[in-house]
Amino acid sequence: MAAKLLGFCEELRGEGVAVGTSELLDAFAALGHVDWTSRADFREALAATIAKSQDDRRVFELLFDRYFFRTAEAEAVQRGVTEHAEGGPQAGEGERFDMDELSEAIREAIAAGDEDAMRDLARLAISAFGRGEGSGVVGVDVQRIRRTLGLTAGTQPPAADGSERPPIERDQLTGFERHLRRELERDLIERTETLPPSRPLAELDRALPTSPTQDLAAVHRAVAQMKRRLATLGHEQRGRKKGQHVDVRRTMRASLETGGVPLRLRYRPKRPRRPEIYVLCDVSTSVTSASVFFLSVLHALHDSFRKLRSFVFIERISEVTEVFEHERDFAVIAQKISSEGGVADVSGYTDYGRVWLEFLTEISEDLDPRSTVIVLGDARTNGREPHAEVFAKVAGKAGRLFWLNPEPKLYWNYGDSVMAAYERYCDGAFECWTTQHLQNFVDVVAGAAPATE
Amino acid sequence: MADGSVAEVKQALADVGYLADEPAALVSFLAQQLDKPVLVEGPAGVGKTELAKALSRASGRELVRLQCYEGLDEAKAMYEWNYRKQLLRIQAGGAQGGWDDVQDDIFSAEFLLERPLMQAIASPEPVVLLIDEIDKTDQEFEAMLLELLSDFQMTIPELGRIEATTMPIVVLTSNDSRELTEALKRRCLYLWLDYPELEREMEIVRLHTPELSETLARKLVEVIRMVRGLDLKKPPSIAESIDWARSLLLMGAEDIDRETFTKSMSIIVKHRTDIDLVAERVGVKLADPLRTEG
Repeated sequence: MAAKLLGFCEELRGEGVAVGTSELLDAFAALGHVDWTSRADFREALAATIAKSQDDRRVFELLFDRYFFRTAEAEAVQRGVTEHAEGGPQAGEGERFDMDELSEAIREAIAAGDEDAMRDLARLAISAFGRGEGSGVVGVDVQRIRRTLGLTAGTQPPAADGSERPPIERDQLTGFERHLRRELERDLIERTETLPPSRPLAELDRALPTSPTQDLAAVHRAVAQMKRRLATLGHEQRGRKKGQHVDVRRTMRASLETGGVPLRLRYRPKRPRRPEIYVLCDVSTSVTSASVFFLSVLHALHDSFRKLRSFVFIERISEVTEVFEHERDFAVIAQKISSEGGVADVSGYTDYGRVWLEFLTEISEDLDPRSTVIVLGDARTNGREPHAEVFAKVAGKAGRLFWLNPEPKLYWNYGDSVMAAYERYCDGAFECWTTQHLQNFVDVVAGAAPATE
Repeated sequence: MADGSVAEVKQALADVGYLADEPAALVSFLAQQLDKPVLVEGPAGVGKTELAKALSRASGRELVRLQCYEGLDEAKAMYEWNYRKQLLRIQAGGAQGGWDDVQDDIFSAEFLLERPLMQAIASPEPVVLLIDEIDKTDQEFEAMLLELLSDFQMTIPELGRIEATTMPIVVLTSNDSRELTEALKRRCLYLWLDYPELEREMEIVRLHTPELSETLARKLVEVIRMVRGLDLKKPPSIAESIDWARSLLLMGAEDIDRETFTKSMSIIVKHRTDIDLVAERVGVKLADPLRTEG
């Protein structure tokens, strides 16, 4: 068992869930206190000790089913165990079971939400229909059995004795179908004596965005690292005396050592600077592949900075700070931005000039020397007026301005790209189309100008 | 609290008016068995804080609560030296005793102001420690908590290490507004609380307002679920469903029709824009059965 649990954790790690040794120890300790035979308790105890966030939990659910199901089956195949051979009563059950009775029992189990009973009943139902007599396609068989049992979602026809039956929720029925499916798969494995190939989870349904150019796990890693870097940015200036305030309380305390005479002054510790950040992100079609990447960067930034305002733009600019504050799930955010951003007017082509004008009129009042502006875009104006002088004004108002361009430096200023016009007003312009570039950017920002006040 | 099994914990919680679902009961059980803190996350108003309160009631332990906010520091969370009293001691005892006596004396427990965390550790009786809305503090504060959470001890430079004599049950809650550090999560059991399912919420509502008829309670919960399904700024919490049930009782409402709904809507929806949206989407649906029936 221990080996299996370790294997399970190994798979979880493979999917990017951070399972440390301490989590493992906890899991074993927890399992010592719950009933191993109850599937629900076993699963919850593991989840509570191993999966420490909603995302982790989702991965955990998907893997748990797959892993423990497969482990059991692999062992069965190895030992040559089949249910027909080992269990005499199982084989005969089909004939003895009355179809109505079975259907009734299933209804009860579904209404009670009893997972263990549902699994047993699913097994019974399959044997009632005769093992190995199905079409061989699991999905078809599941529906066939469900229909024959007369199970449908919604309000139920009254029972044989005329009493009312509670309605079955769609979800509950799906739950039962899941059991059916699993048992059928088990059956299939038994007959063919091979396991279906294990697929990496990404192909199942992890609700993460997919992008053609970047390995998303790598993006997330880089962003996590960036978060740490940004969070500790400016810490080194702690403890310098210049411009510090006396902490009266601590000075008094310290004065006790000298009999109540405040000989040594104590200062308030300097809090790390939490800069105000404005992020402008191009989401037009010319940067489609990169914008997923950019949005996830934005997403991560929102986690570590309170004072972060984010904007997306194509032809017009639109503030999406609230969307990020409201939602934590990345997929939802991406979808919301595309549906209600309201950034494209007619053509769907980026109009940088107009964006700067709008940004200047609407936002510039809030800009001050402490604020940092980060632009994510390719600077392709589609032949429209770039309004570099407006951009210069924005740059003048903001303390720092960085530009991240998703195109390789080689392509800058070719075609309709007007990067050069903007670049000279930026404190830094970086090409940024891999996670490595992103890290470079963070290094430069963190290293070069850690304490601009 | 009897700590024999998960079912017993669940029953004990139910006895004090908290209907826990399976995972919540299991994690509460494990927390006591393993002496580990529990990190409870979930949307606002699903009963995270209530779980800690119920645990304290069920186990007969005192609840020590630390409400977190931005800028919370150790002086307010752990301990502080009572320097006024220390000054007095120095002035009063200046005549007798040498400096050494005074120095030893003024850094003793007598001059320590206990704040919630210290209180929980030093308490002779076992307590339930609730650290509420941990996501509101900075990462620095989280780091400070680590020693407490893993070893149930605290280090005061002048006094040395203070270890817990009794194991407190520690519950941390977070509204998921910021991702907590890995280090903190590693030390905790994790529990995600979500809005309860229809049946369970009905039980909860009926537990708190037993006079409410079953059909009305069902309808109420169904409407609440409908409202939660909308994209609101602040979806109604469980506490608000209970409030609504109580006010429906006071209003003497027999059924939730459009009129009662519009009148009492402000109890469950508390944003200007949300009110418009709910009136538009849910209010209209409610009117339909009325017209056909009467």
